[in-house]
Amino acid sequence: MKTAERSSETLPTPATAMSVFVLLLVLLSLSAVSSHFLTGRTGTTVGLLIAAAKMTLIFTYFMRLRYQSGLVRLFALVGFFWLGLILLLTFADYLTRG
Amino acid sequence: MNTEIVTEISPFSNETQRSMAQHLGMWTFIATEVLFFGGLFAGYALYRTTYPEIFAAGSHRLDFWIGTINTAVLLTSSLCMALADSAAKLGRRAKLQWCLAGTWLLGAVFLGLKFYEYHEKFVEHLVPGAHFLPGGGAAPQLQLFFVLYFAMTGLHALHMIIGLGLIGWLWKRAGRGGLSPGHTAPVEITGLYWHFVDCIWVFLYPLLYLVR
Repeated sequence: MKTAERSSETLPTPATAMSVFVLLLVLLSLSAVSSHFLTGRTGTTVGLLIAAAKMTLIFTYFMRLRYQSGLVRLFALVGFFWLGLILLLTFADYLTRG
Repeated sequence: MNTEIVTEISPFSNETQRSMAQHLGMWTFIATEVLFFGGLFAGYALYRTTYPEIFAAGSHRLDFWIGTINTAVLLTSSLCMALADSAAKLGRRAKLQWCLAGTWLLGAVFLGLKFYEYHEKFVEHLVPGAHFLPGGGAAPQLQLFFVLYFAMTGLHALHMIIGLGLIGWLWKRAGRGGLSPGHTAPVEITGLYWHFVDCIWVFLYPLLYLVR
């Protein structure tokens, strides 16, 4: 039943959108508050992890990936794969220079 | 000669397939945008790891509250866009227009705060170039932080301005009744763009404003 319901949905209901929004604000507060306590690498890592969590929520619900086929999801993620390669090769060069 | 009149030509066998193709096309464009901004993010990562203390000093010169409020403003505009999406699907024209107006106004508030910030940085001599902190004493690499700050937020602001144009166009179109429940693609696709631009800011916020 639930699966059938889900497959017929194509976008989040207003109630779901509201819950996602509240979660996003909670994550934003967490990010803002934690920046006052965490410094250096820990601070950056936490900041980026929270940003990634926010992006996941936006991609999944607001941008409808939850309701899309595997092919659309693949297209959505492929840019990040290339970005990963850019970062990997850039740092492979700079971090190994004498 | 064949004179048969073809009334409807469509490469799609049904609405679902058509909608999927539209989303695929937009996600392909978004992948190119990830790489477009990605070059700047890679440059940022490189200089940030090379000069961590200087980037922290640069971040301290940005306004934490403006950055935080602007993030909340953009997240709220994304909510309005998501609500516009569902209003379009249900064919509720008035609600659709209100939601689009909300999205547009919040986007404009974001840009207003952003340009106020640019003005502040200009007055404080933090714009890279010959007049950057003329008193001396600042590390030369501090300019690198501000080059990246202006390039990244500037490119983002340019995307926001384009987004405002698109949302204004949608609002007008919705008012004329040009968006029926069976034809919501313009709202959906503009929504994907708007939410993506929001995601870029979600990453700019900790990388520029929260470096300690």
